[in-house]
Amino acid sequence: MMKEGEGTKPLLFFKKGVLTLNNIILEMKSITKEFPGVKALDNVNFKVEKGEIHSLVGENGAGKSTLMKILSGVHPYGTYRGDILFEGENCMFQEINQSEAKGIVIIHQELALIPELSVAENVFLGNERAKKGIINWEETTIETDKLINKVGMRVNSSELVQHIGVGQQQLVEIAKALSKQVKLLILDEPTAALNEAESENLLQLLQEFKKNGLTSILISHKLKEVIKVSDHVTVLRDGQTIETLTKGEDLEEDRIIRSMVGRSLSNLYPSRQPKIGDVLLEVKDWTVDHPQIPGKKIANKINFYVKKGEVLGLAGLMGAGRTELMMSIFGQSYGKFQSGKVMKDGKEINVSTVDKAIENGLAYVSENRKEYGLVLDDTIRENVTLANLKEVADGLTINQRKEVSVVEDYREKLRIKAPSIEQKVINLSGGNQQKVVLGKWMFTDPDVLILDEPTRGIDVGAKNEIYKIINRLAESGKSIIVISSELPELLGTCDRIYTLNNGKITADFAVDDANQEKLMTYMTDDRSEAK
Amino acid sequence: MKEFKELISQNIRKFGMIIALVGIVLIFQILTSGILLTPLNITNIIMQNSYIIILAIGMVLVIITGEIDLSVGSVAAFIGAIAGTLMIRWNMPVIPSIIISLLVGALIGAWQGYWVAYVRVPAFIVTLAGMLLFRGLTMVVLSGRTLAPFPREFRFMSSSYMPDFFNGETYNITAIIIGILAIVLFVFNEFRLRKARKKFHQKGLSGPLFLTKVIVISVIIALFTERLAVYAGIPYILLILIALIAGYTFFMQKTIPGRHVYAVGGNEKAAQLSGVKSRKIKFWVYVNMGVLAALAGLIFAGRLNAATPQAGNLFELDAIAAAVIGGASLTGGIGTAIGAVIGALIMGVLNNGMSLLGVGIDWQQAIKGLVLLGAVTFDIINKKRNA
Ligand SMILES: Nc1ncnc2c1ncn2[C@@H]1O[C@H](COP(=O)(O)OP(=O)(O)OP(=O)(O)O)[C@@H](O)[C@H]1O
Ligand SMILES: [Mg+2]
Repeated sequence: MMKEGEGTKPLLFFKKGVLTLNNIILEMKSITKEFPGVKALDNVNFKVEKGEIHSLVGENGAGKSTLMKILSGVHPYGTYRGDILFEGENCMFQEINQSEAKGIVIIHQELALIPELSVAENVFLGNERAKKGIINWEETTIETDKLINKVGMRVNSSELVQHIGVGQQQLVEIAKALSKQVKLLILDEPTAALNEAESENLLQLLQEFKKNGLTSILISHKLKEVIKVSDHVTVLRDGQTIETLTKGEDLEEDRIIRSMVGRSLSNLYPSRQPKIGDVLLEVKDWTVDHPQIPGKKIANKINFYVKKGEVLGLAGLMGAGRTELMMSIFGQSYGKFQSGKVMKDGKEINVSTVDKAIENGLAYVSENRKEYGLVLDDTIRENVTLANLKEVADGLTINQRKEVSVVEDYREKLRIKAPSIEQKVINLSGGNQQKVVLGKWMFTDPDVLILDEPTRGIDVGAKNEIYKIINRLAESGKSIIVISSELPELLGTCDRIYTLNNGKITADFAVDDANQEKLMTYMTDDRSEAK
Repeated sequence: MKEFKELISQNIRKFGMIIALVGIVLIFQILTSGILLTPLNITNIIMQNSYIIILAIGMVLVIITGEIDLSVGSVAAFIGAIAGTLMIRWNMPVIPSIIISLLVGALIGAWQGYWVAYVRVPAFIVTLAGMLLFRGLTMVVLSGRTLAPFPREFRFMSSSYMPDFFNGETYNITAIIIGILAIVLFVFNEFRLRKARKKFHQKGLSGPLFLTKVIVISVIIALFTERLAVYAGIPYILLILIALIAGYTFFMQKTIPGRHVYAVGGNEKAAQLSGVKSRKIKFWVYVNMGVLAALAGLIFAGRLNAATPQAGNLFELDAIAAAVIGGASLTGGIGTAIGAVIGALIMGVLNNGMSLLGVGIDWQQAIKGLVLLGAVTFDIINKKRNA
């Protein structure tokens, strides 16, 4: 494993660093955590060395977030079994404040920022620069500006968080962590919602911090980036530690996948014989205004079509208007409709409300599952059937037998990991929540399925499953539209790809003519008209 | 035993309320040296709280959609005034008067629902305005005076009992028969549900525990019937209440619109994107509340045998408290009709018990306030522990 000399180097950067045995900064021993009906962690052992980037990987529901929530005191001492040694000290955290006092800071899978507050206010929330209870705004601003520089943000500290992009928001979280004298930084899927440039930026930042002696734990499903930045990778499966891999020795993608899913995965993107038929859906001169700013076009005379049995990709940078375009088509759920029409099978259809869109065979799987996809307090069963209750009802009365059998069916098909379909979705792991949303829309049996970032936060095994499902649906003659920020995913699954920029379609590629560079060019190109 | 513990800890929300109700009943039974559970007093508790129970059922729906209604007390008073005007001043027959009153309730609900659901004025403001508006209109309609008495047939609904068709002596035999029927229905239904659950491979109680539950509840129904039968039999109002509870429970758990109510309250955006017409749902929930507030107003007026400007004062707070004590969450998405009913009974038994003990209105208010705070705190702590 680790050679003696290597690990000691970062110590030099710790002025007050206490020398502990073997440079182990953190050791979690035989951690076991049970929720009603689920053993989330079963005797997990986890060791992190000082000054390294240590990644934690595993399938959805493997227990990664739970392990980190225990470490940071979200699940307090006494609700789990096992010991936590941090800097040689036995820790029994009752709440987050206590772990933060020790320098352990966690950035959760779901961002915890307050949209209505400014960047500066968010950075120092709960940790205000104040004297006798009166906030010193000058100091707050100066300190925030310093932190903003450090994390390489390009926004003003007085900007409201709701007005900055997700990538920048993620950086605000990191600035917030840095303001707390952090020694161990935990990032739970920080890049899930970021595009490639933003992810790159964030990972570089981590590596810089590492040079200054900061230890980080990174949870991610993007194995390429994990391999790039990590010194060690620990794999969890079904709540158990499988193994810890070391950079330069046994750290390889295949190996990770094998120990994550218990078998090797020969082809992430399963192949499909495209059987493409006639044009099914056609959107003509679609123009939509921004909901608040009149005259600002979020979709500007957009024309596109998708054929039966075709998987269509939409590529674009964050803010290009992909989500907005699709939501405006799906029941005019976004923006102010100006003009344009939607044709299906050559006939104009009415998509002015969501239920009309659903009735006409459209389905839209949102990229933001918590806000737009799920009723968190409801069960898996209630969520899956919500968009198509008619199908499991006799008249107005819900037929429980039908409902249960339908939902059980989807649970199996999608391999949703939960003790039963009566589990509330708020208690599911992120990836499994995504599968529930997917199940909900598959159950409406749509002709056109719009998938907005369908594999965000999903493990490789499940990704593969979802691609297979996409293929199966396409083979059965349905049209699929995939929005994704991961270009390899688009190139791997689609038959045809549009690039979008500034509310306009800039190019239309058959997949065989496309590659990442070409797509990138058109995604950033303002002037070019559709070719 | 282990299962029992797990059961309690998982269902403490549901069981907590029932345990609290039983606890409060026992405490007052002892403190009042047995007066609380005398046949007369039990009958009284039901009659006195009937209108709060009806309001609580409507309120729990409003709260599940994530809204609130502060106007129900004023609406109840206003409907009392309307009914009084129709029947006492204008001598209109009872049945048409009741129908008109309920329709006016529906219109009032539609009025408020329109502002809340379609114009998106915050419900707190709309119904605060409604509270002032309808209290004011009540005084206008009554010119500040009290109208009395109502015709005898009108009071029938709120203060009469089912006659005994069998002329029992100490016991009202009709009541006993209905009680037995209720038990049979209950047991039959439980076994049917259990069988269904088995079929769907859903986890249910183990055999002995299931039997205990069925027996305990059957015994409670039996004792309750016995008390009623010793006094005057089954009040008509109890039949109305049972019908409402059963109807709303069915509606909320088994029908599409019922499911939509929960979805809208749990996550309105997600519900909308799933094709749920959230505005329409909210609108109709207010219409429903208006009708139930009207019904409560009629029953209250009937019991009082008068329409007064002060009727229904603070009813809204009792109804909200009942729904919340019964497990409804003010952030929406969570709550049940039966919970609201139990919440209303907890408040009712508290009121009644303290009155029997001679506690003044002043202290009664204070204690009720603390109970509300305590109940909600308990619920929140409990939620955190399960997280
Ligand atoms: N509060 C909770 N109540 C009940 N079960 C829970 C709760 N939190 C997590 N679980 C369960 O514990 C298991 C581990 O969940 P966890 O969130 O740690 O997974 P994860 O590895 O982070 O997955 P993902 O990659 O999808 O985020 C899952 O089966 C999940 O359903
Ligand atoms: Mg997670």
